Amino acid sequence: MQHRRRWELVVEKGIEALIRLCGISAIVFVFGIFFFVFREGAGFLVHGFNPREFFTSVEWYPTSQSHVRYGVLALIAGTAGVTALAMAIAVPFGIGSAIFISEFCGVRAKETLKIVIELLAAIPSVVWGFIGLTVMNPLIMRLFGAPIGLNVLNGGVILALMSVPIIVSIGEDALKAVPDSYREAGLALGVTRWQLVHRVLLPAAKNGLLAAVLLGVGRAVGETMAVLMATGHAVKIPTSVMDSVRTLTATIAAELGEAPVHSDHYQVLFIIGILLFMITFVVNLTADLVVRGIRNR
Amino acid sequence: MTKLRSDGGRLPLRAAGVALVVCLLAVSAACSRGKAPSKNVIQDTGSDTMVNLAQAWAEEYAKVDPSVSVEVSGGGSGTGIAALIEGTVDIANCSRSVEPQEVAQAKKNTGKEPREFKVGYDALAVYVHKNNPMTDITFEQLAQIYGEGETVTKWSQLGVKMPAGADEIIRVSRQSNSGTYAYFREAVLGKGRDFKLGSRDMQGSKDVVELVSKTPQAIGYSGMGYATPEVKMLHVARKAGDQFYAPTVENTLNHTYPIARPLFMYTLGEPSGGVKKYMDWVHSDAGQQIVVKSGYVPLPRGGDTAK
Repeated sequence: MQHRRRWELVVEKGIEALIRLCGISAIVFVFGIFFFVFREGAGFLVHGFNPREFFTSVEWYPTSQSHVRYGVLALIAGTAGVTALAMAIAVPFGIGSAIFISEFCGVRAKETLKIVIELLAAIPSVVWGFIGLTVMNPLIMRLFGAPIGLNVLNGGVILALMSVPIIVSIGEDALKAVPDSYREAGLALGVTRWQLVHRVLLPAAKNGLLAAVLLGVGRAVGETMAVLMATGHAVKIPTSVMDSVRTLTATIAAELGEAPVHSDHYQVLFIIGILLFMITFVVNLTADLVVRGIRNR
Repeated sequence: MTKLRSDGGRLPLRAAGVALVVCLLAVSAACSRGKAPSKNVIQDTGSDTMVNLAQAWAEEYAKVDPSVSVEVSGGGSGTGIAALIEGTVDIANCSRSVEPQEVAQAKKNTGKEPREFKVGYDALAVYVHKNNPMTDITFEQLAQIYGEGETVTKWSQLGVKMPAGADEIIRVSRQSNSGTYAYFREAVLGKGRDFKLGSRDMQGSKDVVELVSKTPQAIGYSGMGYATPEVKMLHVARKAGDQFYAPTVENTLNHTYPIARPLFMYTLGEPSGGVKKYMDWVHSDAGQQIVVKSGYVPLPRGGDTAK
């Protein structure tokens, strides 16, 4: 009896250690990834890297024979433009769907909608890119008379469709987390449903909803394959939604395979990787701090 | 795999491909150590222009010598050379010649010098949409469209009448490490000059033609083997006043078409065994027949006269 209990204790300790290891491994992986990405780019970062040219020049000539220039301003502008448009479309739709699913529809519609939206999230990004290339491209050319349909609009719509599921599911969680007593109190005061959503639920869940939006932003910034195929891949600061652009992620995808290992070009692509890492880190950190804000209130 | 790769999903597919190849090599190495000779695998990677041609060779060769399997993948000339420098492929396909620094790198890394084989020619065609009224173009006009610092952005500036509102030129180009990009830059824009930024930079040779075929205002350059009925190949002259030539087999072989280039295969050092046999077969009549079938220009019979 005594012996058996001790044995169980050992097993329990063992399982506990294993689970702790699993938790810690995530930290190890993230730092490992950062370390390896940083190591590949570090050589150039230390000597030869010109941060002023990198951030302020639009001239991206990684293989020029006379004058190699690494300016990523246009790529940053392309990423920002596509992401901004995607969010302008996805946020109203995503938050609206979240409100509808959580507050307005019946159980059956709710289950159906949730399944459909999850299906949207399950479509691989290369398929989204394919839709951008073969469906959206001619559609935009016909509807807007644009000379070419691979542009900010195309990329923005595709990215919006890709980020809506995240915004919906996290936004719905945030709304669900609002205690029912708030709703009951509101209804007891005789507010309409719209007033309830607008005056009670949205303020109460606002941090959670903001976190949902920021995670959507992270998704849009980091997406590669779909934007590579849908944006036209042109190094250019966009002046309208009909302009073709190139994003940071697409540049890495398109050029890394052909850049000789450890060349300057190769290392600069890793520096772009570090830049992306930092952008998504800041976005996620903001989302995290905002969510923590909910708990402390 | 190679078919898919010439579309979009290149990077993840390539990674998967590399993993697969590594596994296959490990398995085949393990097998061949233990048992009697297993199937010989020749790795053949590189130029996107040549990927269909290389695939056709590989398929045909499987009938000639079933004990050898040639595994072809694209990715671009740069990819092929990079793999050659790393020593991970047997043959690198290349639509430009290797640069001295790349030769030095390969020598440093593997101790062997890349050996060059000319395997055919490609006339680099300038494509426009089939409804574009333009038929001829000079190097100067091409440089005005594509060159850095040039100001031509409208078809009317070249004297081409496009339908109202469709005057803007949509420049289609290639990503910066492509052999086609490098060749076009040197041959048409001139040494040391760069492309104007803002062109739509496509991943593959096929993508260029595909985009041009769907975009009435576009102009692009790509291998002649990718022509479709939806696009038109312009006749090209070096300068105004010269005769314009179409990208055809004859014009390539008699040097009149001005942007024709040799297609190369590189091996590390002098090839031996199965690779040598394969290279000999590629140069044979049967191999050169396939060059023709793929839409490219074969090596001239009885010695190499071009370039």
